[in-house]
Parts: sequence; structure tokens; C-alpha cells
Amino acid sequence: MEGFFALEAYALLKVLWWVLLGVLLTGIGVMVGMDMGVGTILRYVGRTDVERRVAINVIGPHWDGNQVWFILGGGAIFAAWPLVYATAFSGFYIVMLVLLWSMIVRPLGFEYRSKMPSERWRNVWDATLFISGCIPMVVFGAAVGNVILGVPFNFDWRLTSYYTGSFISLFNPFAVLCGVMSLSLAIYMGGTRLAAAASAPVSDRARTAAVVFALVAVVVFSGCGFWVATMDGFKLVSGPAAAAAQTPLHQQVVREAGALLANYAKYPALWTFPALTYAGLILGVLSLAANRPALAWWLGALAWIGVMGTVGAAMFPFMMPSITNPSHSLTVWNSGSSLRTLGWMTGWTLVFMPLIVWYTSWAFWVMRGKVDVKDVAASEHAL
Amino acid sequence: MVNDLVVDLSRLQFASTALYHFLFVPLTLGLTVLLAVMETVYVTTGREIYRQMTQFWTKLLLINFALGVATGLTMEFQFGTNWSYYSSFVGDTFGAPLAIEGLMAFFMESTFIGLMVFGWDRLTKAQHLIVTYLVALGSNFSALWILVANSFMQHPQGAEFNPVTMRMELTSFADLFFNPDAQAKFVHTVLAGYVTAAIFVCSVSAWYLLQRRHIDFARRSFRVAAVFGVLGSAGVLTLGDALGYVGAHVQPTKLAAMEALWKSEPAPMSFTAIALPNQAEQRNDFAITVPALLSLLVTHSWSGTVPAIDELEGRARERVRNGIPAVQAMEKLSANPQDAAALAQFKAHGADVGYGFLVQRYAPGGDLTKVTDADIAQAARDAIPEVWIVFWSFRLMVGFGLLMLAYMVLATMMSLANKVETQRWFQWASVLMIPVPFLACEMGWLVAEVGRQPWSVYEMLPTWLSASTHSVSYMVFSISGFVLLYTIFAIVEIFLMLHFIKKGPEAHGHAGAAKLAGAY
Repeated sequence: MEGFFALEAYALLKVLWWVLLGVLLTGIGVMVGMDMGVGTILRYVGRTDVERRVAINVIGPHWDGNQVWFILGGGAIFAAWPLVYATAFSGFYIVMLVLLWSMIVRPLGFEYRSKMPSERWRNVWDATLFISGCIPMVVFGAAVGNVILGVPFNFDWRLTSYYTGSFISLFNPFAVLCGVMSLSLAIYMGGTRLAAAASAPVSDRARTAAVVFALVAVVVFSGCGFWVATMDGFKLVSGPAAAAAQTPLHQQVVREAGALLANYAKYPALWTFPALTYAGLILGVLSLAANRPALAWWLGALAWIGVMGTVGAAMFPFMMPSITNPSHSLTVWNSGSSLRTLGWMTGWTLVFMPLIVWYTSWAFWVMRGKVDVKDVAASEHAL
Repeated sequence: MVNDLVVDLSRLQFASTALYHFLFVPLTLGLTVLLAVMETVYVTTGREIYRQMTQFWTKLLLINFALGVATGLTMEFQFGTNWSYYSSFVGDTFGAPLAIEGLMAFFMESTFIGLMVFGWDRLTKAQHLIVTYLVALGSNFSALWILVANSFMQHPQGAEFNPVTMRMELTSFADLFFNPDAQAKFVHTVLAGYVTAAIFVCSVSAWYLLQRRHIDFARRSFRVAAVFGVLGSAGVLTLGDALGYVGAHVQPTKLAAMEALWKSEPAPMSFTAIALPNQAEQRNDFAITVPALLSLLVTHSWSGTVPAIDELEGRARERVRNGIPAVQAMEKLSANPQDAAALAQFKAHGADVGYGFLVQRYAPGGDLTKVTDADIAQAARDAIPEVWIVFWSFRLMVGFGLLMLAYMVLATMMSLANKVETQRWFQWASVLMIPVPFLACEMGWLVAEVGRQPWSVYEMLPTWLSASTHSVSYMVFSISGFVLLYTIFAIVEIFLMLHFIKKGPEAHGHAGAAKLAGAY
């Protein structure tokens, strides 16, 4: 009986960590996406150097902490889903490098840009902030898009993974559309944040950008939805029990038309997730029109939850299906860490996640209020 | 099977990006703590000059920190992108400390560093001081968890290989955390960071004294750093000794390579001070030895011995032979996890499964039934790391360490006697010391990681098997990208550092600025 209980607990922990992965990816979208959205529209919202510095200083005290969502996301996939981490990061090699290289110029963009007065110097770093804003968000979305489509990889007997696709095939139209989706949401989040925390005229332009990209997101989300409905999904035919310790070498998976909507047909309550996305974005636009940008930001976070939930509900139990050998697909059941590791990780997360939320909120509270053009102009030589 | 050139290029990329990252880490580790010390003096005494000191050194910290964060991202990506088999093989155990590092340490450090910069006029003095302490605590906790992860590679304790899931799985979190290698290495590395920061501050301060600028600022900065550094450097050597002691027990091949110990000898063993190791013929072409010293150094007794390379190679040959049936059993279990005979076979030989992998590199088509005695002998030779690199990087590290200890003692005495301001030779010496801690840290990394070869996880997973199955062209592409970007980064960082050091503390003082709304 005790053994039975432990095994069932293992299946439960796998699902819990699948949910937590969703939470972390949503955290990346909301917190890192916001800063990257600001980077992307920096030259649009800021026509003069002082205006750009206003925008940068709105996120200045927080970008570093926010970026840790991304780092933690990587670390958590490594710890809880080692096979997914290994297969995805190596398979998407060139794309991952482009993502990495665009991300590593970002700390320098923030930290170094305003250290020298030269206009040319600052233009260069503005370019890095733009690149490190839009490219990671496009790659983030495109990676999810490719995972929905299925990825060309297989394993040998030892579980060494082999990626057999080309680099360019990762930029197929569906994946790019997903990339546009996540970039649009990022610009929306960055736009609402600037609308709330920057002074005019930066806040006015930011509001316009947020409205435009919320509408783009609505259209792209609908487009992706119709596309997915016509797509071949994956179906787990047979395999070891959910709670068993296993590898992806002993299951049967087939491709099947409409499989991506199977969970929705079975549990109609899942339609809540796409509904949340629409509700968040449409109410967000209305809030911006009513000049309530802070509320619009929170509605954007809701939209992110909706998008991640929509994808997760369509994919479950698949985490990274293989199109070349569907029976090697990675699922929630076969790619997680051991019971003990997932248990320990749950403990650490329960202790530290609330702490993180608490001190992050405190940091935002300390820095509350608007960043003003006059103040920024006056502190040219600060730090 | 993995292409050897791809493995070598992956190693080259990992080593160079890690060594580059490790240029920034020790300074951040130490400087955050040193800043907390300076700010404590400011808050307790209320003297403005200490605030000015805290803020000036913070600015230099930030220039360094940005690159530390940026190059750290590379490290986190690289396990998955280039060492995918490693990642799935040990992610269950190795991933946990990395994730906890993010949860517990890096989040705290990164969130509060924003407030440390932007919060001067928003927080009370006491609050800001707490924030600075949290940044220092965060960076040091970060080092702790990273080194717990690294120590698992050196001495895989707290996990067991599971032949059904074909990976190492956690058996005891406490054993993982209280790895003796991790404990000694954490204190050793963190203290090395403190010394790095101390010498950095001493050097820059001495340069101001040479220029006869910012005298009071430089004098005080020098003194705080010198006292901080003398304690640190004494600790680094003590813990380095403890680490060697631990190493003697858990990684005999590394120790033998560090000491170029080719042939076994009875106690007390003689110490080879300087040598030209010749790996092909397994001897030193030239050596200066001190009788009996080695036993004392590494076993802390006259009668202790440690195994030499000839003995270790013999042991490795036996373990390779025993590892072959383990890998064969694993292959059968991969096809049928319920195969009881294969499971029994694995139970009997599984302790040496890593050595089975080691020889599989030479098996035609990976078929272990075709392995010859010559292949086994070659695999056993592979079990010894490249001696001359380990031997010399170890000697350079220790040499630099002793030099730094001597310098820090002298610096503290000169500072307390108020002689730093007047002795120009000493000011010059201080300026010239600046590269030494960085070089010492790099050498330390080389000893630890080259000395671990041929394993990525000691005696469990060979490096050659750990790499991702990329093409050579992918590797050339990524290495070129890193070389280009990292070269630009280095130029920009050095330019900015020198610019702000030249500008000095007074020019930057924003004592009058009402708000720090535009810190960036």
C-alpha cells in the first residue's frame, strides 16, 4: 500500500512540475517579456535621448531581477525535465545560440549605455537593447511553435539524442507566427508598464504601442488557433504506467489529425484558457482607453496565463513530440526527474517562491511612482 | 557515435567560455562583501567619505557584474546545447543545485542589486545597508550552489546510476550538499574572490596615490581592502590545503597529476617541486624533488602514501574489464527493462559502468564484444589527466597564492603604519599586483577541471560521451560567434573600467543630485 502511494505520488509530482514549468514560462513571458518589450519599442517611445533614458530607467531597477525568471526557467527544466532540457537545447542549437547571443548583450546595453555621453555610443547600445528585446521573444514563441508541430529527433539505445532537422526549418511559418504572438504580448506588457510608470510623452506613445500590439496578438492568436485545429497532433497509444520510472523508448505514439483538440473535446472547461487570453487582451485595450495602464498590465499577465494554458491543454501529456519517430516523443510521464528530486525541488520551490514574490513586490513598491523626464535630465551623471 | 573533433571543439568552447566567465565572478563575490563592509562603516560612523567609497566601488562592480551575468547565461545554456548527454545523464542530480541557485541566491542578488543602485534616496540608511548585505549574501550563496553542483562532477556523492532510466538519480540530498569537496571548495573559492577584490581595490587605490589624487579616499579604501585581503588570503591557502587533502581521497588521479607522480614509492614520499612531465614515457624529463615532503603535504603524516599513476592505471585496467559487462547489461535493459538476467548482470558489475563507457570509444561501432586488450590498455591510459597542464597550473596557482599572501601581509603592515602614501615603490608594486588574483583563479579552474579528465562526472561518465551530437560546422559557427562577441565585450569592459577609474571618485559624486531617477 505504501509503495502504491509513493508511485501515485510520483505521477502527481510529474503533473505538478509540468504545471510549475508552465508557471515559470509564464513568469518569463510576463516579467522578462515586459523588459524586452520596452527594449523593442525603445526608439519609438523615446524620440530624444532623455526620453529613451526615461523608458530605460522605468525598468532599470528591475530588469536584472526579472531576468532571473529566464535563468530559473532554464535551471528548473534542467532539474525537473533533464531530457527535455538536453533534447531541446541541443536540437535547437543555432537558434539557441542566436537567443543566447541576443540575450547576453542585454545586461551590457542597460549597464553601459548611459555611461558615456557620446551619441554614437548610445545608439549602438540602443541597437543592442532592440535586438535583445525582440529576438529572444520571437525565438521563445517560435520554440513553443516548433514543439507544438513536433521536432525531428530520435534517441539511440543509450538515450543520446540526435536532431535530424535543419536549422532553417525551425523558422517555418507556424513557428514564426507563434514568435510574432509572444513578441506582441511582450510589447503589450512593456507598453502598459511604460504607460503606467513613465511621464508623458513616453507614456502616451507606449500606450499606443500597447493597444496596437494587443490587437495584433488577438488576430495572431486566432490565426494560430485555426491553424492548430487543422494540424496533425500526437496521440499516446500505449506505454508504461504514468507513475512508473521510464524512458521514452517503450511507448507507442501515433500522429493523428485533430489530436491537439482532443483534450478540449474531453474537458470543455479547458476552453477557459483561450477565453482568458481574449478577455485579458480586449479588457486590457479598454483599460488603456480608460487610462488605467496598471490594470491593463495585470490583464496582460492574465492573457499570458491564457496563452500558456491554451498550449499546455492542447499538448498534454506531450512535452516535446518527435515527428521523425513519434514513439520517442517526450511526455510528462517519461522525461521527468526521479521522485526524490521532484520532491526536493517542490520543497525548495514552496519555501522560496513566495519569498521571491514578496521581495520583488517590495522592490517595485520602493521604486513606485513615475519616472519623470525632468528628473532624468537632471541626473545625467548619476552612477 | 560522437565525432572526436566535435568533442574537442565542445571542450574548447566550454573551457574558454568558463574561464572567461570566471574572470568576472571572483571580483563580484569579493567586491559585494567589501562594499557591505565599507557601507557598514559609513552607516555606523556617518562619515561621508565612506559613502563616497561605497558608491564609487559600486560603479566599478556594476561594470564587472553586467559581464558576469551575461557570460553566466552562456554557462547555463551550454550544458544543454553542447553537453546534452551529460545533461540527461545527471540532470536529475546536477540540475537541482543549479535550480536552487536561481531560487535562493541569484534572484535575491539580482533583485536587490537594482535597489542598491537606484535605492540610495528611496531607502533609509539602514534599509540600504541591508540591501547591500543581501546582494553580498546572494552572490555568495550563488557560489555555494554552483560549487555543490561542480563538486558532484568531481566526486559524485548522493546519487546512484539507475540502469532502468539510464541516468544518475538522487539518493540523498544531504550527501549531495555535504559533499566534502563542495565544502572545502566553496570556502576556498569564495575567499579567493575576497582576495581578488581586495587586490583590485588596493591596486586602483595605489594608482591614485601614485597620481597624488584622491589621497584620503585612496588611503582609506586601501586600508579596508588590505585588512579584508590578509584574512582572505590566509584562508585561501588553508582551505586549498584542505581541498588537496580531500582530493587525495576522492580523486587520486587528479592528485597524481598535480604532483607528476608517475611511479609508486613507499612512505615518506618525496615531493616534486619542479618537473617537465613526459606523458608518453610516463616519467619526468627533469625534476627537482624534496625528500619526504609529499606525504606530509597531502596526507598530513610522515607515513601516509598516495597512489601513483602506474598503480592507478593498473586499477583502471581492472575496472575497464569489469565495466564492459555492465554496459552490455545496460544495453539489454534498454531494450527490455524487465530483463532480470541483465539486471543481475548490471548489479554485479555496475560500479564500473563508467569505465565501460571509457573503453567504448575504441569499440568498433560501439560493439564491446570486439574490444581488444590494447583497447583496454588505452582506455586505462586515458583515465589519467594531462599531467603537464595540471602539474603546472597547480604550481602557478600556489605560487600566485603565496605571493598574494605575502603582498597582503605587507600591505596591511604598511597601511597600518601609514606608509602606503609615501612609499612609491610599494604603490607601483600594488598597481602591478592587479593581474595576479585573476591569473590565480584561472589556474585554479584549470587544476580542478583538467584534473577531472577524462571524466565529466568522475568515474561515471566520460567527457567524450557527454557531448551533443553536433556537426563540426555547427561548432565552428558557435566558437566563432563567441570569439567575436567576447573579444568585443573584453575591449568595452576594459575601456569603461579604465575610463571610470581615471575619472575617479570625485567627478562622479552625486552628493548634490536630488534624485537618482536616471541612474541609467
